[in-house]
Amino acid sequence: MTAVLFVSQLLNGLQLGVILFLVAAGLTLVFGVMDFINLAHGVQYMLGAYLVAVLVAWSGNFAVGLLLGLLGALVLGFVLEVLVFRHLTRRDHLEQVLGTFGVILIVTELVRIVFGSAPLAFPTPAALAGSVTLMPGLNYPVWRLVILGVGVGVAALLWYLVNRTRLGMLVRAGSTHPETVSALGVDIDRLFLVVFAFGAMLAGLAGAMAGPLVSVEPTMGDRILIVAFVVVVIGGIGSIKGAFVSALLVGLVDTLGRAFAADLLKALIGKSAAAAAGPALSSMLVYLLMAVVLSVRPSGLFGGRTA
Amino acid sequence: MPPVPNRFLLAAAAALALPAAAVADPVKIGFVSTLSGPSAALGVHMRDGFLLAVKELGGKLGGQPTDVIVIDDELKPDVAVTKVRALLERDKVDVVAGVVFSNVMMAIQKPVLENETFLISGNAGPSPLAGKGCSPFFFSASYQNDQNHEVMGKYAQDKGYKRVVLMTPNYQAGKDSMAGFKRHFKGEVVEEIFTQLGQLDFSAELAKIAAANPDALFTFMPGGMGVNLTKQYAQAGLAGKVPFLSAFTVDETTLPATQDAAAGLLSGAEWAPSIDTPENKAFVAAYEKEYGVVPSLYAAQGYDAAKLIDGALRQTGGKTSDKQAFRKALASAPFKSVRGTFAFNTNGFPLQDFYVVKAVKRPDGKFATAVETKVFEKAPDAYVAECRLK
Repeated sequence: MTAVLFVSQLLNGLQLGVILFLVAAGLTLVFGVMDFINLAHGVQYMLGAYLVAVLVAWSGNFAVGLLLGLLGALVLGFVLEVLVFRHLTRRDHLEQVLGTFGVILIVTELVRIVFGSAPLAFPTPAALAGSVTLMPGLNYPVWRLVILGVGVGVAALLWYLVNRTRLGMLVRAGSTHPETVSALGVDIDRLFLVVFAFGAMLAGLAGAMAGPLVSVEPTMGDRILIVAFVVVVIGGIGSIKGAFVSALLVGLVDTLGRAFAADLLKALIGKSAAAAAGPALSSMLVYLLMAVVLSVRPSGLFGGRTA
Repeated sequence: MPPVPNRFLLAAAAALALPAAAVADPVKIGFVSTLSGPSAALGVHMRDGFLLAVKELGGKLGGQPTDVIVIDDELKPDVAVTKVRALLERDKVDVVAGVVFSNVMMAIQKPVLENETFLISGNAGPSPLAGKGCSPFFFSASYQNDQNHEVMGKYAQDKGYKRVVLMTPNYQAGKDSMAGFKRHFKGEVVEEIFTQLGQLDFSAELAKIAAANPDALFTFMPGGMGVNLTKQYAQAGLAGKVPFLSAFTVDETTLPATQDAAAGLLSGAEWAPSIDTPENKAFVAAYEKEYGVVPSLYAAQGYDAAKLIDGALRQTGGKTSDKQAFRKALASAPFKSVRGTFAFNTNGFPLQDFYVVKAVKRPDGKFATAVETKVFEKAPDAYVAECRLK
């Protein structure tokens, strides 16, 4: 193992973590503030990727398409909240899961009807499509650096919004003491509408950031949603800081596991056993991490209440 | 859930309603495909290819009015079996055709073949059906699963590549793929990387590959995984440096999404839109006109499956009741394949040519695969000797 390989795997892990953070941030906000389980978050991530892909192709300009796409994701968030989620917030978790699962099925099928089952092309600006040399022997894709930058920027913005604004204060209070916040005369419904739409836009942004890397297809949100929930639970439900730390942790553990677990096992238990156990272990590592964290801190790393 | 009648069936039914002259029992075909879930694009191509052929033949196969009952197996073997039993028992179909995935094929082959109903594969070619479990009622209009991987192994060997990295998802088909590749490749396999099924991010694996700096990469990443890998391979700057040999990863179902990122990548296949026969040219043009996209090998196989059934029915006068006669007719491969040469081996799998194909941008801006070089000629599969049929 060379230093260059290790540095590049570290970068890969951080970058995966940042994408997971973008997905998990909106999820943890909604989950935390309203105690609302939104399985349809993955669908909003998928819609973000589709909106940006279509609008960039239509406008011929990446920045314009991205901006319009994010606005579209925001609007869709409002619409979904008013049509569906508003009616589920005061019900129990099972009904929320059923309701939002229904949204997944309907929206996925609508997207399939409009765009077909085949994956969609995602136009990436040529300047961001290649790779740059960071240090001798280490070429790194430009787009992954863009994702790192955007993710850290969003984290900073969220930190400011949550810790330094009135809205953020209500979000923090709502995530730990919702009844008190409500009793103090805060319109929890409106707070939820704003938080939800903002969360939908974050999911859309994550989809747009992932678009150049992954296949843009109707079911693209399903897989990432599971990992995003793992991130939220490890970080502590409702905590943005927790989501950020936990996303980076999950990204690093997953990437370094895939990169080095097989080699480490080879040294420990021999080549043939490692060939079978390595891939199995690396795909389990994230869930092992969750189990360990929850056994030590049942409410997650930064959680105010238990999951 | 009742099988969903497709739009062709409706059109055929409407057309049949006009001449009131009572037509005897139409030929009934149950078409099994994967039409929902992440892998639906392949199933859509295969179904569209099949229905295009039926449409071109005026809604008739072998001159007989034909009902095509399309069902969605949802890529779930249990769902497929339930629906196929309904095809056999309620609809009493004469032929079951289609099937994209081998796990679905292995689940449905038993009820279909035990019922002595003909089964024509439009894609899946699992090894048991080619070897010990071969059946007189089974014919493949596609290939045996190992063959497209073998093509790349032979190509790597012929090219003189010394060090190759293999990367597939960690499941049975991935392991079979590596075994198929190694059947003809005698150089050094530097590393075998198994990834998660449905993996999104390949950065860790790509960094490993860059560090190993092999002569070539061989990979099998069907569906969305292939799109993810292709995009990230190009972004990592590996596309021009390490030759990308693949099977079922770069084809016309994924090229509309990967576009320039896939240009120049190689794949093993038995068909490409560029094959220069009059039948193929007509097929590609008609498919593009009908569906607006370039056909993939799945579409070509679906199209050939319909043409095969049509040809056999013509020989038997439109009857499937005499199973011996219908089997003999099918075995003679009485149709002009879009692939050119096509004959059946004793186990019902094709003897056909295999190519290395390359993803290219056509002058009209669309992406397609094109034949780079022929690797096998009239190739039998590796399991035919185990089949007791003669």
